[in-house]
Amino acid sequence: MLNEMNLGLIFLSAFIINNILLIRFLGLCSFIGISTNLKSSAGMGIAVVFVTVMACSISWAVYQYLLIPFHLEYLRTATFILTIASFVQFEEILIRKKVPALYKAFGIYLPLITTNCAILASAFLGIDYKFSFIQNLVFAFGISSGYCFVIVLFASIRERIDTSPIPSSFRGIPIAFIIAGLMSLAFLGFKGLFKL
Amino acid sequence: MKKLIEPKSFSAGLWKENPIFFLMLGLCPLLAVSSSLKDAIGMGVAFIFVLTGSNITVSIIRKVVPSHIRIPVFIVVIATFVTIADYSLAAYLPKLHRNLGVYLPLMVVNCIILGRAEAFASKNNLINSALDGLGMGIGFTLAIIIIAFLRELPGQGTLLGINILGENYKPFLIMIMPPGAFFVIGFLIALKNSIGGRKKC
Repeated sequence: MLNEMNLGLIFLSAFIINNILLIRFLGLCSFIGISTNLKSSAGMGIAVVFVTVMACSISWAVYQYLLIPFHLEYLRTATFILTIASFVQFEEILIRKKVPALYKAFGIYLPLITTNCAILASAFLGIDYKFSFIQNLVFAFGISSGYCFVIVLFASIRERIDTSPIPSSFRGIPIAFIIAGLMSLAFLGFKGLFKL
Repeated sequence: MKKLIEPKSFSAGLWKENPIFFLMLGLCPLLAVSSSLKDAIGMGVAFIFVLTGSNITVSIIRKVVPSHIRIPVFIVVIATFVTIADYSLAAYLPKLHRNLGVYLPLMVVNCIILGRAEAFASKNNLINSALDGLGMGIGFTLAIIIIAFLRELPGQGTLLGINILGENYKPFLIMIMPPGAFFVIGFLIALKNSIGGRKKC
């Protein structure tokens, strides 16, 4: 079972074996949309790591200490999305006031993250796997660093592809999907690393 | 002044403004649950329900909601319908519910649904919004069915779990695994580009 695994395996599984972008297909809108440029992809990736870890810890606490004691588990969907949305808002204000340099670096990506399904998904999955707080933290970090890693790789490939001779009907989004498919194929190879 | 009922609001979603092929929105569930036709149809039906329901509700409350808090309100409306769909499926079709897994509650952040609430339902009357929701929902379902068909048939040799290609068929397994989804959608969009002329991005 996943919830009996040690932290290292949880991290590896979230980071590479069940990669959120290539194997689970979450957060694809931003993946395809932003990855035309390496610098903005890296910015988005780091912002996602930051927000996912914080948001997952908060939603885990809300679920365990608020929803379960009052038998409100069915409000999970609504609660989590509101928690994450308000948390992102709060964080944006906080960073703007306290660390303006970081705010400038994150730029537009911070508000965009609210609708990134990768974050909501890691909150849901952490609950579904019945993780403890520390496990959940490691899991969220694994998922989001997997996102960051793949989007940076993908953006580097796409920058090269832009100058290559591709059939005109494949240019732009179609070739991006083909590349993602090939990367996903490579990531499937990690599947035999250990049994889930 | 717009007419009370405009048939165009229904037909737009089917092809001309198909949310998948033309607007490139809401790709996550499309790729994730399209490995079998049965799951794809289930997802499509749940999607039509949520989109139509949220469009109708948003259209009813559009004049009451102050515009600066409209997005959180829309999200709560959508989350309500997603929860209804989630729990009804868990009660009546537990197997489908298990297959759809986390992708069902994740409909709440689906760009198509929030996009239609914001771009269409918050500006149009009830009937048009309902038609728009139905049209867009059916457009999404058609797209997911096409992709599931192209993945399940070569990937397992079956359709809806019924064997089509015979016992001796060696499945092209990669199609039902994650990379297959990326390849199929990549080729479909390329095909669309070569038929309809390239859309300017």
